[in-house]
Amino acid sequence: MSVVLGPPRLVDVTPGSEEMRRRGRRRALVRGAIVAACLLYLAVVLVAPLVGIFLSAFSEGLPTVFETLTAPEVRHAFFLTFQITIVTLLVTTSLGAVTAWVLVRHRFVGRRIMNALVELPLAMSPVTVGLACVLLFGRGGWFEPWFTARGIQVIFALPSMILVTIFICIPFVIRSVAPVLEELGTEEEDAARTLGASTSQTLFRVILPNIRWGLLYGIALTTARSIGEIGAVLIVSGMLKGQTETATIYVLTAFEERMDTEGYIVALTLAAISIVMLGVIEISKRRKIREVMG
Amino acid sequence: MASAAHTVQRKRVLRAPTATRLRHWTLRGAAITYLVAMIVVPVAAIISKGFAGGLDTFREAMASAGAWEAIRLTLVTSALAAITNAIFGTMLAYVLVRYRFRGRGLLSAIVDLPFAIPTLVTGVMLVAIYGPNTPIGKAFGSVGIQLMFSQLAVLLALCVVTLPFVVRTVQPVLLELDTAEEEAAQVLGASAWKTFRAVVMPAIRPAIAAGALLAFARGLGEFGSIVFVSGNIEGRTKTAPYFIFQLTNQFKPDQAAAVATLLFAISFALVLVTSRLVRTERKEAKA
Repeated sequence: MSVVLGPPRLVDVTPGSEEMRRRGRRRALVRGAIVAACLLYLAVVLVAPLVGIFLSAFSEGLPTVFETLTAPEVRHAFFLTFQITIVTLLVTTSLGAVTAWVLVRHRFVGRRIMNALVELPLAMSPVTVGLACVLLFGRGGWFEPWFTARGIQVIFALPSMILVTIFICIPFVIRSVAPVLEELGTEEEDAARTLGASTSQTLFRVILPNIRWGLLYGIALTTARSIGEIGAVLIVSGMLKGQTETATIYVLTAFEERMDTEGYIVALTLAAISIVMLGVIEISKRRKIREVMG
Repeated sequence: MASAAHTVQRKRVLRAPTATRLRHWTLRGAAITYLVAMIVVPVAAIISKGFAGGLDTFREAMASAGAWEAIRLTLVTSALAAITNAIFGTMLAYVLVRYRFRGRGLLSAIVDLPFAIPTLVTGVMLVAIYGPNTPIGKAFGSVGIQLMFSQLAVLLALCVVTLPFVVRTVQPVLLELDTAEEEAAQVLGASAWKTFRAVVMPAIRPAIAAGALLAFARGLGEFGSIVFVSGNIEGRTKTAPYFIFQLTNQFKPDQAAAVATLLFAISFALVLVTSRLVRTERKEAKA
């Protein structure tokens, strides 16, 4: 590939020269155009829809909002979502931290395969996750006889809804803690141990304080995702009204039953919760970057 | 013989104490069990069921109404959303990194919104503002454009949901990039566009590709935001994930698994390629 060079162009680059001023003006124009295009795009895809849902939820006034949120089926739906989120958080945070540790600190055959495995849920459609759960625990599934013999209902019940949510959330804690652990190195730990600290002292005084923002970032992402999960949960829940109806499933069925305002109100509540989680995500991300940079 | 005894003794000294080794193996065992039980087993179930009947199951699934159209719609809209966000995402990343203005922190937070908001709520939001009964929906309807419950709605939902990917992969690379090169190019007489194309673009191209691939992979599996805005009309707005959902509900898990395997194979390959892209890039940046 040859580069054709034109005649050399001499540019007066002294500050305040006509050429530089002309360029300054052009750059300001380009800059304004780029910013305007970005803002317009964000307005169309995010800001306007947010305004829309806000107006729709309040279209029948505050009393309706209050009534909807205190209705027994709505409270039950939120309680179910809460249960799923808590169990998912407990499992993915504790085992996720251990897995991140093993992936970063241990060297063994199959470590790269494990690394790839962690990314796998990110590539899976929530619908596929739900389907996998049906294949394992549904009629004729691999584990179905074992659980039926013991009278444990997995599919169309809380256990399967928790299982699919855990699957989907596995990568978040692992992927936000692993880079922090990697940057941290082993110096502080080794020092603590050399100075006679016990394992639990090293863990609680040295390691956990160092990775806390990375951990919080993962926890916030997990919470946001498990509150909002629909595809997988919808398939395994069987949509039993008043029993396996999570907050997101409530929104979906509300619109199917022409209870639009109720649907908008619960959806807005979910959006509000996730915006709070976003605040946590933003703060912990900034702190996490500082952690990584040192 | 003396040397053999010596080696044995050295080995014993080098070996970690039993307690440490036990802890080592407990942790490793816990991690492996966790990933195998929670990830390998379900995925194995999908793949083995999908391939149990060979390709026949897949062919059967694709024989049902609207099957090919669903897969094509998912591929096309995911690709279009990835391209749209590659363009706007690069611009947004550039604005966030290089420009200083009031409200930049807020802008950065807004970009992350789609990661936090439940996907179903994203769909509900879109219908609330662009639905057929809203002023905007009516205005577009009067000129013959149906915004919601159409293929356009699928594209719009995917654009929202995959917005953060390109921004978040390009941003760190731009931050690392030295502005001196750009300044040098400008002093040497290059226009702003030429500077961007010749200096900035080559450095961020892998990151843009990585982000766009992630967005595409995510789009292939997206369900929550689309189920509500598309209307799921057979042959027109039904997407591949909804098709899998339908097959599962019709008690055809084998066929559902066959289609799911195809979809999943594409996106997993994309995700692996992307993480390799990002990793090499990080290594280059460190070197």
